[in-house]
Amino acid sequence: MEIFRVKKDIPFMKYSKISAVISITTFILAIFFIFSKGLNLGVDFTGGTMMEVSYPKAANIENIRKTLKQIDLEDTQVQNFGTEEDVLIRLPIREDLSIAKLSEKVSAALKSSDNSMEVKRVESVGSQVGDELYENGALAVLFVCIGIMLYLTLRFEWRFAIAAIMANMHDVIIILGFFAFFQWEFNLTVLAAVLAVLGYSVNESVVVFDRVRENFRLPKYRNSIVSVVINNAITRTMSRTIMTHLSTQTVVVSMLIFGGEILNNFALALTIGILFGIYSSIMVGCPMAMWLGTNQSNLAITAPEKQKENTKI
Amino acid sequence: MPNFYGESPAIQVMPIKAGEKIDTSLLQSIEETLNKSNIQNIGFILESSNIKVKFKTAEEQLKARSLIQNSLGSEHIVALNLISNSPNWLSSFGALPMYLGLDLRGGVHFLMQVDLSKALEKTTASYLSEFRSQLRKEKIGYYDATKKNDVMQIKFKSKDELKKGKNIIRGINNNFDFQEISVNDEIILKIIISAQTKKSITEFAIKQNLETLNNRVNELGVAEPLIQQQGLDRIVIQLPGVQDTAKAKEILGRTAILEMRMVNEDNVDPIAFEEGNEDQIPINSEIFEDRFGNPILVKKQVILTGERITNAGPGVDSQTGQSIVSISLDGKGASIFKQVTRENIGKRMALLLIEKNLTEVVTAPVIRSEIGGGRVQITGMRNAQEATDIALLLRAGSLAAPMEIIEERTVGPSMGKENISRGVQSTIWGFVAIIIMMAIYYMVFGIVSVIGLSVNLLFLIGLLSALQATLTLPGLAAIALTLGMAIDANVLINERIRDELRNDNTPQACIARGYQMAWGTIVDSNITTLIAGLALFMFGSGPIKGFAVVHVLGILTSVYSAIFVSRVIVNYIYGNNKREKIKLSIGEIFKVDNN
Repeated sequence: MEIFRVKKDIPFMKYSKISAVISITTFILAIFFIFSKGLNLGVDFTGGTMMEVSYPKAANIENIRKTLKQIDLEDTQVQNFGTEEDVLIRLPIREDLSIAKLSEKVSAALKSSDNSMEVKRVESVGSQVGDELYENGALAVLFVCIGIMLYLTLRFEWRFAIAAIMANMHDVIIILGFFAFFQWEFNLTVLAAVLAVLGYSVNESVVVFDRVRENFRLPKYRNSIVSVVINNAITRTMSRTIMTHLSTQTVVVSMLIFGGEILNNFALALTIGILFGIYSSIMVGCPMAMWLGTNQSNLAITAPEKQKENTKI
Repeated sequence: MPNFYGESPAIQVMPIKAGEKIDTSLLQSIEETLNKSNIQNIGFILESSNIKVKFKTAEEQLKARSLIQNSLGSEHIVALNLISNSPNWLSSFGALPMYLGLDLRGGVHFLMQVDLSKALEKTTASYLSEFRSQLRKEKIGYYDATKKNDVMQIKFKSKDELKKGKNIIRGINNNFDFQEISVNDEIILKIIISAQTKKSITEFAIKQNLETLNNRVNELGVAEPLIQQQGLDRIVIQLPGVQDTAKAKEILGRTAILEMRMVNEDNVDPIAFEEGNEDQIPINSEIFEDRFGNPILVKKQVILTGERITNAGPGVDSQTGQSIVSISLDGKGASIFKQVTRENIGKRMALLLIEKNLTEVVTAPVIRSEIGGGRVQITGMRNAQEATDIALLLRAGSLAAPMEIIEERTVGPSMGKENISRGVQSTIWGFVAIIIMMAIYYMVFGIVSVIGLSVNLLFLIGLLSALQATLTLPGLAAIALTLGMAIDANVLINERIRDELRNDNTPQACIARGYQMAWGTIVDSNITTLIAGLALFMFGSGPIKGFAVVHVLGILTSVYSAIFVSRVIVNYIYGNNKREKIKLSIGEIFKVDNN
């Protein structure tokens, strides 16, 4: 079976102006949502307590709210979590109660109103830990960006490095934009997914760039214009792109179906990352590299093999 | 390998006092207890320090635990555990099953912040009291010795006295920096603890807290607890399988510090106390409330702290019938206590319990006579339960510095099982889908790729088991994700081979060139993924770290299996065939003629 029966190279670069408009629009929209709506940060980052409790029968949310009010806990969020029996309770940090006492107080109160309640999970994070996790998350993103850029500059050249990172940041911002728009919870696991996407989506750019470089070194393309070379590289890696992403996406879908609530947002972030990753490495990374002025000569300088070929001729 | 055998719920019986021997009579009594109530076990393991009993279900395990605990009494700790079902020959060469994180096996995770400044303050206070008594003994004229945070300050009558005093202090401990100041005819010696000493004080405080926590966790009866220092001033505690988190929190979180101080009975002005008039309180004293809410003026100077306690137990006072706690002091503590009681007959001594910045005077009895031998009874307990609790706290050691829980993650046991099945199902179904896709699209080469991928999965699980890396739910997700991403290498290779076939090269050459050309790309793309993985590992904590470990290992194993393992299989299938025109089964190839 061969899915892509393309006779000629698809002129991707011809559409680069349109895609630039699309990219910039989505990018700005994403940033707009991030700032206007803000990320729905989980307790990992904000500090606070999250409790998952379950009842043998469908839980009575109203009753739970009332019980919590009785013990002077205002400002709580109570909602179903996945199934009717499971309930997620979120409590902000309280100055007068330590986080250890808070969850205990809640579980004691709920137990006394309905003895069949079972506490499935408690996550309490103090404010200082929350701040640290937030800081470390930002540091990790920075580290990944710098690391990848350095590596790509060494292996390819700086134009590719910048193009790949821009494509990447585009993906990350769009993931964040989605999370802000739908107000999905952004927690540590989602951050892990975002960082995994950073590494993964750069893969895609690397594969295409690798082909571009290889093409530049072929005698056939010696006098071709850059966009033709890039178009050919993208077209020829198309099959691989689709197969790889399809298989990764398959696993992620399987996670969406079987992974339960905890992995749900993780898988969502990956899905967005994968889909936009394909788009961005082709329609953001490549045009970017082209506009930055990548051509045969910059790669010839950094490629010793190419020089050898030249001397032979 | 051991992962196939799984684990059984078990209970572990250990004597409370470490080093006590376990013998067959204990085993027999456990067996009898279980037989009496008809609980089926599936095996005993007798080790030099403990006995483990395996059960089929977790319910039997719980029932057995309470029964055995009741029959054995408080001399033994009965803890819940999980035991690998691997046969002996496997365990004998160190093959262990994967180490499951708390989110998969259930349990509690605490992160505690240690307040080290309190430890410094405490040490400073005890230094100061030592200086005072030493200066007094040598009859050096000083009239005011105070401390502010961790800086001490002593006012002397003359420069001469100061010099002598300084020498004495040097003799006690040579780790101070001195500063001499004379303002308004006052001759002041500032004593500053050197940075080096501060460091060793805080290090010691953390060490003592760790030890204390270890003792407390032992009292809780948890098998395989993890208690570890994290960073400079934090301690991580993981208690797998703990279900009664409230009890655990209470025992761990009680940052009780015991102090004995004298009650200030001079210049007592009860009315000023009632009004909380701070001006009336002498500089050397503080006001605390006793259990009935009455204020008591207590001197700041600490005579003894909980560190000097070697043992503590609840009891009943033979005369009054009240609940008491009797404590034993170590040698130095006993001699200090003897001296203080001798010098202060007829005066009151206060026993303070400090919990989370809340200080309470438990009792403040009048000293009737000199007490030697280091045996002290504390009266004033509300009831027998409180006496037991306080004794437990004191016996388990006091903390050198107060701590506070700043992060808590609890996962119920049912949740753990659910999480395992979620993670495993995601992996299995994702894997199955990939097998189908690859086999259809790349035919024989697809199957080879899938075999490479299976080998990758085995490697990864094996490596995780061998390293005993903690497997968490995000870790399971990472296994699934690694499978999805690892196939990329095979796809790259297969596409390259197809490319080469389009150029009408010989099959053997196509395979060779396909692998060779794909190699560079595979390395590049995996290194960038690796950079992201390493960042996750370095900056991540908790769930992220679990993800990162598996992710990074998965990248490494996938490169190996995709390139070497699949190459070996491909060579085995096609390698011996020297004919020019064998057909490679890599799926239909579409050729572009005008290329």
